[in-house]
Amino acid sequence: MEKILVGLKRVVDYNVRVRVKSDGSGVETDGVKMSINPFDEIALEEALRIKERGEANEVVVVSIGGSEAQQQLRTGLAMGADRAILVESGDLLEPLGVARVFKALVDREQAELVILGKQAIDGDNNQMGQMLAAIWDRPQATFASKIELSGNSAKVTREVDAGLETNEVDLPAVITVDLRLNEPRYVKLPDIMKAKKKPLDVLPIADLGVDAGPAIREVSYEPPASRERGIMVDDVAGLVAALKDKGLI
Amino acid sequence: MSKVLIIAEHDGSELNPSTAKVVSCAAEIEGAQIDVAVFASTAGELAAQAADIQSVAQVLTIEREENEHLLAATLAPQVVALSDGYSHIFGPSTTFGKDLMPRVAALLGVNQISDIMTVLGSHSFKRPVYAGNAVLTVEAQADQVVVATVRTASYSAAAGGNTATISAAPLAVDLPTHTRFIDLQSGASDRPDLQTANRVVSGGRALGSSESFDIIYKLADKLGAGVGASRAAVDAGYVPNEMQVGQTGKIIAPDLYIAIGISGAIQHLTGIKDAGTIVAINKDEEAPIFEVADIGLVGDLFSIVPELTDAL
Repeated sequence: MEKILVGLKRVVDYNVRVRVKSDGSGVETDGVKMSINPFDEIALEEALRIKERGEANEVVVVSIGGSEAQQQLRTGLAMGADRAILVESGDLLEPLGVARVFKALVDREQAELVILGKQAIDGDNNQMGQMLAAIWDRPQATFASKIELSGNSAKVTREVDAGLETNEVDLPAVITVDLRLNEPRYVKLPDIMKAKKKPLDVLPIADLGVDAGPAIREVSYEPPASRERGIMVDDVAGLVAALKDKGLI
Repeated sequence: MSKVLIIAEHDGSELNPSTAKVVSCAAEIEGAQIDVAVFASTAGELAAQAADIQSVAQVLTIEREENEHLLAATLAPQVVALSDGYSHIFGPSTTFGKDLMPRVAALLGVNQISDIMTVLGSHSFKRPVYAGNAVLTVEAQADQVVVATVRTASYSAAAGGNTATISAAPLAVDLPTHTRFIDLQSGASDRPDLQTANRVVSGGRALGSSESFDIIYKLADKLGAGVGASRAAVDAGYVPNEMQVGQTGKIIAPDLYIAIGISGAIQHLTGIKDAGTIVAINKDEEAPIFEVADIGLVGDLFSIVPELTDAL
């Protein structure tokens, strides 16, 4: 195929212990390390492997946000993507708006495959890939742990609650990836230098004429209810007694 | 008045308990009329099970050959065709619901609310974000249909004993053929299903091998418990991924959870926060799992677990 589109979202790094702001307006992001959403990194790795097997010619990474998201796109280019597009938007888009932006780019780029993370680790929505597939009127294969391309279709193994489900989808299609699909490569210094010369186009979101859809308003953030530390027992007899005491055995 | 349509999850013969949990959530919307849609190739038995759930007003059956396997691409246009007149469309936040509901939402031109954990009003809900490290209150627009998934660990299944009416809802919708089911490989086991078991025993990386997991299975069988594992144990290849408990695996809420050789990474704790009683057995007394455990025991799991199994 000619082209694979991959989404890279800039999110709070997964190692950061997230804290809710005292005024409940969001979570602390000042001075916090930001990274590519880990699932998106896996999506890009898979796209690069497909290209390296000779099954695709170009991998284009896309992000939506402010100019700071260029950082994550550059990392994607250093990993091996050929080209980057930043859709510049001051407002944080909800999944439907993001899906509509991707649909506009799919049309522009004539992409045959879009590979995305199954969810972003900030909003944990797990919606965008499915929404893109819906408005594109194309197949979706979510939670992928194995992807085999053959001609105009793909066989995708999906991690579902009951086990591993395999679906066959015609291309073009949207695939969202799960953790066990692959292990993303590390970026080496020479690749970072090379990535600086790769094209990164900045596209104002207004140019795409996308309607973000009806908003779901964020009213307030709060820390989760915490569990309290319980009792310690000394041995199995103490454990059995404590379980009996709670009426659990 | 709110009218809620719930999309039933099933495996062709049994209704998944997630359906009755979604009903519990919907029943918290004041004065809501709750209908359950059963998409299947043969819906009879499944519809009877859905009609038994308390608070359900009506069960709608949509029988089509294409509904033998519940694929989002074929289900979504049917759900949309059925959605007229409903103010809310709910599904479980299992892999089934997560796959399907955003596709429905996008076809209806709305955003979706993921993982409802609390109902504050007909258009106001709480949901976890940042792997459960924050809880977000959201408000949907009153003039738009609310499409949502329900965090099943936050609700217990609605009781049975109802006799809702069952009627066929034939839909004239053309369905795509671009997505085809090939097979499902399940790690079929006789043990209780991890997501619905009242008791769960989980093992972590400290087990050291898949053979050592035997002591976990033995304890679980003695308790009639489901078996889970930490992500570290799954990544190490001791057990298959469908056993993973945590933010990146299954989020569960059993009455009793026993964590064995699990240190308690945040992502694991996120998956068990709603458990009734958490028991932790770990040789490291500094392990974060003890900060959330109701009962803790420090020691060597390889001697404690067999001893506990014998003592029960």
